[in-house]
Amino acid sequence: MHATASNAMTAPDRSVEAARNARDSRNDRVFGAVLKVCALLVLLSLVGAAGSTLWLGQDAFRTFGWGFLTSAAWDPSNDQYGALVPIMGTVGTALIALVVAVPISFGIALFLTEIAPQWLRGPVASAIELLAGIPSIIYGMWGLFIFAPFVAEHIKPWLMNNFSADPPDGKVSWLVQHVPGIAKFFSSEYPFFGAGVLTAGLVLAVMIIPFISSVMREVFQTVPTRLKESAYALGSSTWEVVWDIVVPYTRTAVIGGVFLGLGRALGETMAVAFMLGNTFKFSLSFLETGSSIASTIANQFGEAQGLQRSSLMALAFLLFVVTFIVLLIARLMLRRLATKEGR
Amino acid sequence: MSASLYTKRRIKNILAMTLSIAATGVGLLFLAWILWETLSQGIAALRPQLFTKITAYREEGGLANAMVGSLILNVLGILIATPIGVAAGTWLAEYSRRSRLGPTIRFLNDILLSAPSIVLGLFVYTIVVLPSQYLTHGEVTFSGLAGGVALALIALPVIVRTTDEMLRLVPGTLREAALSLGVPQWKLTTQILIRAARSGIVTGVLLALARISGETAPLLFTAFGNNFMTFNPLDKMPSLPQVIYEYTKDPSPDINTLAWAGAFVLTMFVLALSLIARLIFSRSKVSHD
Repeated sequence: MHATASNAMTAPDRSVEAARNARDSRNDRVFGAVLKVCALLVLLSLVGAAGSTLWLGQDAFRTFGWGFLTSAAWDPSNDQYGALVPIMGTVGTALIALVVAVPISFGIALFLTEIAPQWLRGPVASAIELLAGIPSIIYGMWGLFIFAPFVAEHIKPWLMNNFSADPPDGKVSWLVQHVPGIAKFFSSEYPFFGAGVLTAGLVLAVMIIPFISSVMREVFQTVPTRLKESAYALGSSTWEVVWDIVVPYTRTAVIGGVFLGLGRALGETMAVAFMLGNTFKFSLSFLETGSSIASTIANQFGEAQGLQRSSLMALAFLLFVVTFIVLLIARLMLRRLATKEGR
Repeated sequence: MSASLYTKRRIKNILAMTLSIAATGVGLLFLAWILWETLSQGIAALRPQLFTKITAYREEGGLANAMVGSLILNVLGILIATPIGVAAGTWLAEYSRRSRLGPTIRFLNDILLSAPSIVLGLFVYTIVVLPSQYLTHGEVTFSGLAGGVALALIALPVIVRTTDEMLRLVPGTLREAALSLGVPQWKLTTQILIRAARSGIVTGVLLALARISGETAPLLFTAFGNNFMTFNPLDKMPSLPQVIYEYTKDPSPDINTLAWAGAFVLTMFVLALSLIARLIFSRSKVSHD
């Protein structure tokens, strides 16, 4: 390319150009290398987060072995640590959050893509997304001061009257007498205390609704209009179009969105830190107080020493690995949609 | 027969539509509930000393040191994350076409975006707080600098992603035109592509700022908190979310009131930031069309 252009040039011109080309290509290489190092930092921070927590948590893993995962003891005074109660709290709150948030998010996505008039879609979508912008500490405050008392006053008494073996109104319900084992899930040591696994799960649900619903809304919009119009032309109702055309078409991505919400719910700290009560007694009841991995770390790491600190690091490692796997699944499912679209 | 089938389908449809509208109502109700409580309780707790006095005075004090601390931490976080994030995003969009590393990093960046922030905080504790303890013989433990690094780690994936996406929106003809004039790639990237994608990148930085200014968990074991005013990034540093966290746990109702005031200030700041980011972005989209 340069050869033809420089035929007419004199010798000094050519050497100047050669020098400039050399300089440019050297600069290009350096520039590219610097950018690549920055990109590798992303990789490094993920590996580093897993590695550093594993490194500082190794004492706990060595001392307790696999028993760390199955032991329900968390007893700083005797230096005994087991992850079972925080794991159950984390999984329990996240599952409650999903059970509540997925249908609501689906309803919102359905409303925003099929039902709402065009002028209403933008404002409602922005309002729901505003929920995602509220800092998690605000959710925690609102949960502790406003929502937990609400649960204690309105939701918990009703649940306990109907499902627990020790109801506040004194009448054991028919259901509890005839379905063995159900009362185990609804017992509560402090019936008038709003904090607990259920309350924390509900607050988490509100937090993850915007994430799940915005993924669902986006993927619902990728369904070709022609496909939906064909179904409408055959006489389908809106619900039939959604359930038989839109949902099957977007199934993988919808599940991806749900997993994304699950990943958020598992790792959330501040919204649940106040609401769980931070007790370490093993219980199957979701009206009981408990603790989650993240809330345990937030509450205890500041004063922790030795084996306790190592156990908290080990908890952090477990949390990181589990959320990594959940988010990996989520992104893989969402990526398949991107290829389907041809993006 | 067919009439009853029709009625059944119709009822099912109406039921589904009603539930969907109800679900949207529930979502909006919770938004209104949370915002209303934050506004009403927060405005009731507003007073001038909030912005002039420090947390050391407890009930008679304010949140001035926490706000200053938050400002310093956020600026530190953004100053660290922006150059690295823009560079990484540029590499993903412009340099990684032929490598398999590119898609992998893009994928992992999306995971980092929703990784649990408390674990990232512990990571920074391990790589910044612990080593600085050994270096200074225990003098520097928790520091504003460590907090800034932790926030940068949260902001990084947001900036990487928006930079990457915005650069990929820049038309290929622009690249070809510049390359055909003999412009080297580094010049093309810094002087043409980044400029073309500038407003999108600024939006990303603002969104990252909005995200980190509400973060509490990664600051607990890095910046730690401080009841006095400090401008020294090597000192323990308070921040608004962390003070709200402490004040919410406090048994004293007067202190809880201060927490509401802080929550009001924080929420307004974060929501205003994301609003500004959206405005910049929507305006830039219009001008590019």
